[in-house]
Amino acid sequence: MGMWLLRRLGQVVPTLLILSFLIFGLQQLMPGDPALILAGEERGDPQVLAQIREELRLDRPIWEQYLAWMAGVVQGDFGFSWRIRMPVAELILSKLPVTAQLSVMAFIIGIVIGVPLGILSAVRRDTPADWAANAVALFGISTPNFWLGIMMILLFSVQLGWLPPSGYVPLWEDPVQSLATTIMPAFVLGTGVASVLMRHTRAAMLTALSQDYVRTARAKGLFDRTVVWKHAFRNALVPVVTLGTIEFGRLLAGAVLTEQIFTIPGFGKLVVDAVFNRDYPVVQGVVLTTALIFVTLSLIADLLYMAINPRLRHA
Amino acid sequence: MSTTAVPAALERGESPGRRALRRFMRHRLAVFGAVVVIAFVLAAMLAPWIAPYDPIATSWSNIRKPPSLAHPFGTDENGRDVLSRVIWGARASLMAGVVSVLGAVAIGVPIGLVAGLARGWIDALISRVADAMLSVPFLILAIALAAFLGPALENAMLAIAITASPIFVRLARGMALEAKATDWAEAARALGNPPWRVALVHVAPNIVPPLLVQSTLAIAEAIIAEASLSFLGLGQQPPAPSWGSMLNSAQRFLDNAPWLAVAPGLAIFVVVLAFNLMGDGLRDALDPRTDRR
Repeated sequence: MGMWLLRRLGQVVPTLLILSFLIFGLQQLMPGDPALILAGEERGDPQVLAQIREELRLDRPIWEQYLAWMAGVVQGDFGFSWRIRMPVAELILSKLPVTAQLSVMAFIIGIVIGVPLGILSAVRRDTPADWAANAVALFGISTPNFWLGIMMILLFSVQLGWLPPSGYVPLWEDPVQSLATTIMPAFVLGTGVASVLMRHTRAAMLTALSQDYVRTARAKGLFDRTVVWKHAFRNALVPVVTLGTIEFGRLLAGAVLTEQIFTIPGFGKLVVDAVFNRDYPVVQGVVLTTALIFVTLSLIADLLYMAINPRLRHA
Repeated sequence: MSTTAVPAALERGESPGRRALRRFMRHRLAVFGAVVVIAFVLAAMLAPWIAPYDPIATSWSNIRKPPSLAHPFGTDENGRDVLSRVIWGARASLMAGVVSVLGAVAIGVPIGLVAGLARGWIDALISRVADAMLSVPFLILAIALAAFLGPALENAMLAIAITASPIFVRLARGMALEAKATDWAEAARALGNPPWRVALVHVAPNIVPPLLVQSTLAIAEAIIAEASLSFLGLGQQPPAPSWGSMLNSAQRFLDNAPWLAVAPGLAIFVVVLAFNLMGDGLRDALDPRTDRR
């Protein structure tokens, strides 16, 4: 187990290092001189331009720029926002709880819909119930998140007037209002998760149900319900849990558009605003943070996989 | 994955292509998906002839008119015909979907084949780069790339192509490893074929079926990605029509012109659904290992 963890970490480090090259390299794609963009009205003043170049180390060789950036990143310093004049790390940390709340709610919705549907469609394979569950998953995968969001606003806010179309109230300030503002975006995000979880659960259950031990259990005359829950589902859970963890990481990307539509001041709104303000350090910081979260989640997924599947522990 | 038993279809003297076509046609939903895709492609190609109005012609007297006989999907905030814009918008969406996936295949497959066939440090390097790219969620990487490249449809396509390429690197690498270990590749090597010949003649063709499946599903994802980027203003630039940017402006008029949000979203949904159905059908038809349903 210890050796395995070391080997796994040995894979993570080069991946993150390459990622840092890629994220830093993004800057080089940028058309034009960043100093000119930043100077704005003062672009004619050579003194201002020189000052900006020095402050951002744009006058140094590229490897020096990279090392300085990297030295900051490992100490948790992701640079300074060009527009908001705040440390990027601080900005990201202030927005992350909002998106985390949204993601957790979406994930719960995804599990509550996706896992039972997956079990149902596997147990009732090739019946109308199975087809219906598959249709739901296919619709969930094919519907663009942002369109579903707009349609929900149209129905629940504009037509029915039940829910606020936009805005956000923190959970600790007013829990009821907080839920009212986040339930629609969480549902929009949750449908995507539900579809993917449904397909994973169905596949895992079908595999589990075709195993010898399930046939033995059935042959022993056990009730169908006992076989499904005690024998098949417990084993099907293994891939579902691990894939579900990775799916949680994907919610961050989905949140970008969803937060935009419901004007929720989270992580996704931060990156979109940064893109339009040409606040590149923030864009880089967000990409780096999502990658760190994703890598951590897949590490957790692997650990969970080991924890719930004892056979792998001694491998 | 070597199969020892001779497949029944081969015994009947049926070519793999015919068998795949037969299995695909049996899949009614997949055929439906293919028909819908063809319909959208035709609409996009014939847009100048079938669109009832000029998609960018504004009209002062027709601002935000609800659906009517003259304008089945209504008119937008500049008095433009929504139906015509949806038809023209198919061009941007389908082109972005197909071109960016072709780009991703062109980048990813050769690199993946090299990784799988060369092994060693080349493989390790390529695999780590693919891992690094895959550790950033698809849309966030695409947004970041499009942001640094500048807002334009071509840049959005490039961003999507680059972002989607590691999927094809992994696929091609995996297939190359698998094919290399098969008996026929072994036999080809034993007969004295040089490595490049084994790769091109014996390994590459076996990658085509899964590649076709993955590409079809990737087009669905790329169309959503292009719509998302255009929705954010990073794709097709106004006044040129695209489904994503139409939804963006529709959002501002939900109170008094809700019809604006329906048609473009429905178009994305239907075309993505069609590609997904087609992809699922192709998977069942082309992969002899699965016997789903």
